[in-house]
Amino acid sequence: MMEPIKPEKVQDIIDNFSEKPVYVHLETTNGAYASHFNEKAHNVGAFIRNAHVTYEHGKIISTGGGYRVGLKLELGWVYAEGLTDYEVDEHNRLLMAGHDEQGRLMVALEISETPFAHEADYHE
Amino acid sequence: MSDYKRVIVIFPHPDDETFGAGGTLASLVDAGSKVTYWCGTLGEMGRNMGNPVFANRETLSTYRKKELDEAAGVLGIDVVHLGYRDKTIEFEVLEEMVTHLRTKLEEAKPDLVITHFPGYAVHPDHDALGRAAVEAVKEMKEEERPDVWMHAISNETSEDLGAPAILKDISDYWDTKWKAIRTHLSQADGMVDLINREDQLERLKTERFYTLDQLQ
Repeated sequence: MMEPIKPEKVQDIIDNFSEKPVYVHLETTNGAYASHFNEKAHNVGAFIRNAHVTYEHGKIISTGGGYRVGLKLELGWVYAEGLTDYEVDEHNRLLMAGHDEQGRLMVALEISETPFAHEADYHE
Repeated sequence: MSDYKRVIVIFPHPDDETFGAGGTLASLVDAGSKVTYWCGTLGEMGRNMGNPVFANRETLSTYRKKELDEAAGVLGIDVVHLGYRDKTIEFEVLEEMVTHLRTKLEEAKPDLVITHFPGYAVHPDHDALGRAAVEAVKEMKEEERPDVWMHAISNETSEDLGAPAILKDISDYWDTKWKAIRTHLSQADGMVDLINREDQLERLKTERFYTLDQLQ
């Protein structure tokens, strides 16, 4: 179960994943119905699943309301803002997400040493 | 007795069946139809995680699959999973999906297919799977072709398409539909939010479907 981010703990986990190849899931969304329920709204979303990267180091920064995480790659960066909750699941993956007041996911950043499920989880 | 012996429902997400057609499906089952939901994805990328949050991005599909099984039990329908991935259906090769669905339809021999109205179903997965389903039916031999009812959602629906051919007052099945909605626990809050909007509640109590001749 996800729980509110404990920054020192998350920093330790981020450190443990550094300098080795990891798989990253990064995502943000305001939902597929944003402009359906508010014509002035604009649907915005992006995700990348199983980016295979190695980061030199990473940091978690408190913003008061939530957290930002940045991972420094040899040739670039991975960045997420608005993270509020985290969990280390049974596969030792670091799952972080930011939820709104109704529990809806707004942003997610996940780090794993093994690939995330990328095909449909279930075939007939 | 129902006019339809064999009904195939083709939507992309666990809960589309309940939200868009739950009352109609329950009434068809009541009248003797055998109804199977071909569910396109497991809704892996949904943003509702329960309220309070109990699912995460990696566990959501497991919850949603279980919730769908329960909802199907409430509605009296069977479930078959098509094995696509949430949010990605529009990027699959359309012809491959059409062949996949046509082959399965020729085998299942339904006399009614219920799907989304392509272009008027808001969510890109709805539009893409609806398009594939409609094309699949059109490719079938005329004598084997089932009736098609298409669910439209977009705000421009009435203005652009006029009145739907099929208008189902599902008041008699509202309790069943409501119960099915509640089984989709990870998603229920987002739905209940809608139900608090009078216009949306009205939409949920009258299920509307367009027929193939209304396709533009």
